[in-house]
Amino acid sequence: MDYQAIIESLFRGLIGERFIVFALAAIGLNLHFGYTGLLNFGQAVFMAAGAYGLAMTVVTIGPAVNRNTGLNMSESTLFWVGIFMAVVVFPLVLALLMGIPTLRLRADYLAIVTIAVAEIFRLIARSPSLDKWTGSSDGLTGFTSTFYDLSPFTTTDRYFFNLFTGNQFFLVLVGWSILALGTLLCWLMIKSPWGRVLKAIREDEDAARSLGKNAYSYKMQALILGGMFGAVGGMVRAVGFSVAQPDNFITDVTFFVYVALILGGAGKVFGPLVGAALLYAVLDSSDTILRQLVANDYIPESIMSGTQVGQVRFMLVGLGLILLAAFRPQGIFGNKEEMALDDR
Amino acid sequence: MTDNSPREDDYPAMNETFDRASPFADDAGVKAGPRPDISDEEADAAFAEVVTVDGVDPVAARAALADVPWEPGAPKPDPILVADGVVRRFGGLTAVDVDHVEIQRGVITALIGPNGAGKTTLFNLLTNFDTPDAGTRVFNDKNIDNVAAHNIAGHGMVRTFQLTKALSKMTVIENMKLGATGQKGESLFRSIFPFMWRKQEKEIEERADDLLIHFKMDHMRDQFAGTLSGGQRKLLEMARALMVEPEMVMLDEPMAGVNPALTQSLLGHVTGLRDQGMTVLFVEHDMDMVQEISDWVIVMAEGQIIAEGPPASIGENTAVVDAYLGSHHDSALDLDQEL
Ligand SMILES: Nc1ncnc2c1ncn2[C@@H]1O[C@H](COP(=O)(O)OP(=O)(O)OP(=O)(O)O)[C@@H](O)[C@H]1O
Ligand SMILES: [Mg+2]
Repeated sequence: MDYQAIIESLFRGLIGERFIVFALAAIGLNLHFGYTGLLNFGQAVFMAAGAYGLAMTVVTIGPAVNRNTGLNMSESTLFWVGIFMAVVVFPLVLALLMGIPTLRLRADYLAIVTIAVAEIFRLIARSPSLDKWTGSSDGLTGFTSTFYDLSPFTTTDRYFFNLFTGNQFFLVLVGWSILALGTLLCWLMIKSPWGRVLKAIREDEDAARSLGKNAYSYKMQALILGGMFGAVGGMVRAVGFSVAQPDNFITDVTFFVYVALILGGAGKVFGPLVGAALLYAVLDSSDTILRQLVANDYIPESIMSGTQVGQVRFMLVGLGLILLAAFRPQGIFGNKEEMALDDR
Repeated sequence: MTDNSPREDDYPAMNETFDRASPFADDAGVKAGPRPDISDEEADAAFAEVVTVDGVDPVAARAALADVPWEPGAPKPDPILVADGVVRRFGGLTAVDVDHVEIQRGVITALIGPNGAGKTTLFNLLTNFDTPDAGTRVFNDKNIDNVAAHNIAGHGMVRTFQLTKALSKMTVIENMKLGATGQKGESLFRSIFPFMWRKQEKEIEERADDLLIHFKMDHMRDQFAGTLSGGQRKLLEMARALMVEPEMVMLDEPMAGVNPALTQSLLGHVTGLRDQGMTVLFVEHDMDMVQEISDWVIVMAEGQIIAEGPPASIGENTAVVDAYLGSHHDSALDLDQEL
């Protein structure tokens, strides 16, 4: 057995790029679901907004604007404009689109609309007729050079106990900085009177309104802000893969974000971080462990072959979640007493 | 305003956390919360300051009711709230159909009526939690027809709910602090700069603690509101409403499900509010309590106001008797038993 490979995969899961992506998306979902009680089943579309906001600005929209206006924005200018589009404009437009018709209604309407919008946008991005703008099912590439040019690390060496290539390590460092900043912001907001209003809305919207709080406006703020966190996550993902592709943002992605959030503890500032780290540590290391076990004939071919590992590890995660629901339904960080209040 | 009614502590302990808050904390001269130094008198003075409505003379306001005729829709000498032609239908059912009603400023008005009379619906309409099919509402001489429900508190009117809305997963003190209006830290931008709102937050917390001491709930301040008993939640909801610093409070069955001893202290709180100039409108089924604290009674049945008058006049009113017991009933109501 190659124990080093197992440990490496464990650590890559714990602190690597996918952890960062899902932790960011889960921070956003925590603002929606954990603090405000918004049932957003379309966090994937906010992540896609981040990925495509950047990719389209650099690769398709930006050059088209250059051609048609005589502006001559360089690729690096377009990259920074793209970041703004990805983090602010795209998620803002999406949140308004989904929030305006539903946030005055009962919670389930938002759930329906978000899940539908997420799929609609993915299918639109896949559509061959929009190939010129979205790259259809192949997606868009070629928007990351400005970012990786900033990297102080070489592309030939490996860094951090040989876990990452130079580019990966740069992305992880930047990702961690964003994550730290995002967690700090989230913590400040939640501890403030603003965060108190969010919680009040989660508990009882009418009570909040009777005390003079504009529930609609706060829900919209939470939806936009949480969407922006999701977009940052999606953007990191696109930069990490060097591609923005529609099928990276299928509905499953949303549910992985939910798993991370619930695992860590919804409504807790550090819940998303711990949940995402744990989820990917388990997913990545179980993958390596199972493959090793199969390769070394500890698991006979008749039970499981190497190609089935991918599915089996999800079964393991599912089992883990069932155990969690049975023994620690509040998540790692959650408070059992608090959870029990629902039943009174 | 110190009362000798039993403390909340007399309530059976709900859970561990509640047990731990010593029921004798007060006797030992020790109090939970951040202001252990404050005496009951100081707390009451602070309470009076929090709830006082300037420019209202409650004694004169009550005396002025003497000239008001005992009839539905009677005009009041100094109305704070006026509703005209307010109609609300649910499908074929007309839940509320009020021609005209005025609520006198600075007094306690009771709104009574059989189940389904439309009292809660009228509350919803007066506070814009529901939109009437027709009609206008005027509060403090301002038309509030198009004011959003969340802005009603800012106009000085705050309501509680028949089904108590304690915010379970927030602590008692957080519940209280939420009630304060005009909080700087409630803006998203300012929320991340604590220095911009910390001072105000401290003032709000002090005000909240004063109210909690007055309502004898200070030992529960850091408990989740979800752990409170039904009666304690009613108290919390009322105290929280006062954090808004309203001119008028509307209480939907504040005494329902509250034990008799606690009811007495709640009644004391309600009259205490009035004595500071606040206007109180409350829904209640227990006629004893209505008799005890209200200055004026409005009776609803089947969506309409069928009688008005001082509490003593209501029992003999034949329309009221008919509404509660059905017509062809020939004796006056025995208020102690029937309502
Ligand atoms: N949302 C609604 N949809 C349909 N009918 C409603 C609705 N709300 C209230 N009603 C009806 O309106 C009538 C008045 O209800 P309301 O709750 O105002 O009564 P109430 O006087 O507060 O009674 P109670 O003393 O039992 O609280 C009832 O017949 C009720 O069924
Ligand atoms: Mg009612």
